[in-house]
Amino acid sequence: MARHWRAGAAGLAVLGLTLTACGGAKVGDSSSGSNGAGSSGKCATFNLAVNPWVGYEADAAVVAYVAEHNLGCKVTKKNLKEEIAWQGFGTGEVDAVLENWGHDDLKKKYVTQQKTAVEAGQTGNKGIIGWYVPPWLAKAHPDILDWKNLDKYASNFKTSESGGKGQLLDGDPSYVTNDAALVKNLKLDFKVVYAGSETALIQSFRDAEKNKKWVIGYFYEPQWFLSEVPLKKVSLPTYTTGCDADAAKVACDYPVYDLDKIVSAKFAKSGSPAYNLVKNFNWTNEDQNTVAKYIAQDKMSDEAAAKKWVDANKDKVDAWLK
Amino acid sequence: MTVAIEKPEKTEAAEPAAPAKGARKVSRPVMIGAIFVVWLVLFAVLRGKQTLSLAVADLTDLHRWINDFNDSIGANRNSNPLFLYFFNEIRLVIDNLVTFVQHLISQPSGSRPVPEIGWLGVVGLAGYVSWAAGNWRVALLAVAGFTFFGLQGLWQESMDTLALILCAVFVALLFAIPLGVWAGLSDRFNRIMTPFLDFMQTMPTFVYLAPLTLFFLIGGASATIATVIYAAPPTIRITAHAIRNVSKTTVEAADSLGATRRQSLLKVLLPMSKRTVVMGVNQTIMAALAMVTIAALINAPGLGVNVLQALQSLDVGTAFNAGLAIVVMAIVLDRVTTAASAREENARRSKNRFVKWRRPLLGLGAVVTVVLIYLSHTYLWAADFPGDGTVGSHIASATDTATNWAQDHLSGLTNAFRDAITNGLLNPFQTLLTDSPWWLVGAVLIALAVVLGGWKAGITAAVCVGLLVATGVWSDAMTTLASTIVATVLVMILGIVFGVWMGRSMMVDRMIRPTLDAAQVMPPFVYLVPFLALFGATRFTAIVAAIVYGAPVAMKIIADGIRAVPETTVEAATSAGCNTWQIITKVQLPMSRSALTLATNQGLIYVLSMVVVGGLVGAGALGYDVVAGFSQGELYGKGLAAGLAIVLLGVMFDRITQAAARRAGA
Repeated sequence: MARHWRAGAAGLAVLGLTLTACGGAKVGDSSSGSNGAGSSGKCATFNLAVNPWVGYEADAAVVAYVAEHNLGCKVTKKNLKEEIAWQGFGTGEVDAVLENWGHDDLKKKYVTQQKTAVEAGQTGNKGIIGWYVPPWLAKAHPDILDWKNLDKYASNFKTSESGGKGQLLDGDPSYVTNDAALVKNLKLDFKVVYAGSETALIQSFRDAEKNKKWVIGYFYEPQWFLSEVPLKKVSLPTYTTGCDADAAKVACDYPVYDLDKIVSAKFAKSGSPAYNLVKNFNWTNEDQNTVAKYIAQDKMSDEAAAKKWVDANKDKVDAWLK
Repeated sequence: MTVAIEKPEKTEAAEPAAPAKGARKVSRPVMIGAIFVVWLVLFAVLRGKQTLSLAVADLTDLHRWINDFNDSIGANRNSNPLFLYFFNEIRLVIDNLVTFVQHLISQPSGSRPVPEIGWLGVVGLAGYVSWAAGNWRVALLAVAGFTFFGLQGLWQESMDTLALILCAVFVALLFAIPLGVWAGLSDRFNRIMTPFLDFMQTMPTFVYLAPLTLFFLIGGASATIATVIYAAPPTIRITAHAIRNVSKTTVEAADSLGATRRQSLLKVLLPMSKRTVVMGVNQTIMAALAMVTIAALINAPGLGVNVLQALQSLDVGTAFNAGLAIVVMAIVLDRVTTAASAREENARRSKNRFVKWRRPLLGLGAVVTVVLIYLSHTYLWAADFPGDGTVGSHIASATDTATNWAQDHLSGLTNAFRDAITNGLLNPFQTLLTDSPWWLVGAVLIALAVVLGGWKAGITAAVCVGLLVATGVWSDAMTTLASTIVATVLVMILGIVFGVWMGRSMMVDRMIRPTLDAAQVMPPFVYLVPFLALFGATRFTAIVAAIVYGAPVAMKIIADGIRAVPETTVEAATSAGCNTWQIITKVQLPMSRSALTLATNQGLIYVLSMVVVGGLVGAGALGYDVVAGFSQGELYGKGLAAGLAIVLLGVMFDRITQAAARRAGA
């Protein structure tokens, strides 16, 4: 037995030596390089929340890319739902949220009451919320784009879920919705059905366009899916300031949201160049859609998508870095 | 994913048979029929009255109170001594543990651009440990599985997931085994523990995810603790079960030999229940893997992130690739732990010639492993997995092709099927539940519990109904209940068909089982996206999701039950001239009645655990309430109440079916 043992060990040593001999590059050989061309050494770690939708991912990709390559920051992206991201301002785990859709309740809680977060200006993106139909439907029945004609078509929108009425499909509960009140106050023969997630909503619209099905639902832009299927918005009674003050009595369209940025109070005072970048960060819906398309449809990595856009838009990026 | 023995069906002494058993046996179906007739009559009269319905955006006082409470915790976080000295300390310890393991296998550590141990070392280590704890076959499986992660282009993500699973399972076992032993030794403690375990297993994770990050901050600690909460109960239950099942005579023998309590625990009880305890560990690992995608919502790195991100752009192929890695990891870990639990006994029984070689071979293996680890620590080629994951992109594009084909060609068929089930079964049943006055439905539930499970089950049902009303989401709970029952019926139909088939043929079993394993650990959204195309955002899609998750358990339990029917009985029936159909319906199914009840119990619990996922694809009701509570601060209280309602439904049905099972077994 001992002999076998020794033979085994010897064989192993030989094996080990052979492997070592053909070793190749050692860990740590490829010196530095990872620290990049840090211009301002002051930028410490930058904790960037990434909320779960592609448009936000596009914002985060570009800001992170610029912060890493132009400012030499170490960016830590954190994948979080909105609520949890805001909660992170207080605990110091999140420095910035780049695309906030309204969320007055959160602003009240964290900006006004707890004072752990501060606003950092608009992103330049306009958030449009409303009821959308697939393009084939808008083409076949152009008058459907006016809410007054919706009842005429209500029976076409019937599904197994809508209890005999037309179905109005709602999506992810994270987004502001007055749809139930709207249907009631506009006296429409529709029932709101809660799909429960953006995925379910997009899949329904995709299927509707492909198979010429009748679907009307809650949607919003900027959104990458609109570059795949350009949904058409149904016009509701025009929004006037204050017409949505009482949630139960809403009978008007959604306001256009100026999407904005929120940062933690600590981060705003830190003097980090990354804060400056976040504050100056501003681009159009078109810009965001471009990057979102790179990510969602062209399946590029965040980094590659950001690089492509940044290289093509040097002037915009330079303005953020002033 | 061997059958869970979480709910020991016959361990406790069978409940004393109800008096006048003979008379009752005949009349039970009649009584159930009578209950339904009374219900239908009263429904026709009282329809739409006192239904306790609550609009989606409306709240009750309880919901508002929970919101305020939650806010006050958040506001006082930094001054509260409980946080400063208790939660923060726990967080620190667990965070350090997670970071340590991550630096070891997944994340760059210190100045190194790569983790301490590269892919070659991890693969070697996985193979060696599997071999040492199990056998060479599972070692090969482990090596193949781990190499597959690399080929998929998901090495680092897989290791992140593995690191988190290892930490969570380690922490879970640290608590679960002592608690399980205690619950095994003390009936009283067991009774106290059971509701907590039910709570931990059925409370939707979404409900406590946000508070967890408030207590333990965003990061490894929160993700680990969320996983531990869900994953620890199986080990506690199975350990308690194992300790209880050590034969009384053995313990008495030890006692008569003068063993102290401590000695009899350490020398008799623990060693004798080791095999079953390992099964518990196995279940804990599986449960931990089921949390991978949910943990990704609070920034836990790993495969879950890939799944979630791919699904934001409805990239089913990429999501499937990552989901497949989770499945492979689950299968490897399952087979290794199962082999480990079987090893002990096999080794004791078989005295084959390899036994004396085992020690030197183990030593040799250890040396090889150390060399591999050294190489992967030192050389880049052994640290970073070579190649760029072409296998992964092939898998992704093949999946895309397959799902597109299915969506294009099956759509008409599936819609007809959906409408048939929805209009024929689900809608009438749901109307009956939601449009009856609450007290009528409550009375029916209690009466059914009494008839099926006895007075004790009736009392539990009464308490649950009362609490359900108190949560303020009664109407939503009834909607969810309707879908749950329809899903459970379909689960049982599938369970019986496939379970019998698998139970009667070992070959079929071997062929189907990996698919069942995959269905249990594949993150639901991966297959839900194509289902959404096939069935739309409807309650039916939610039911399908529940079936995919719940049916495998039922099939496995029923297959085991069929196999447990004595060979001789079946042979006797065959020689008596019974045909196959008669053998199945007259012999095998009736004789595995307790397995059928257990399958119903587990099927129901698994279906209930998919309620939240259902809420994400159009089921509305409780599932949607929970999701909305997680997404909007104002609805947090309602989400929590909905979560509680799910727990209450689960507890109620668990107690009723268990009581019924004890009767069937008696």
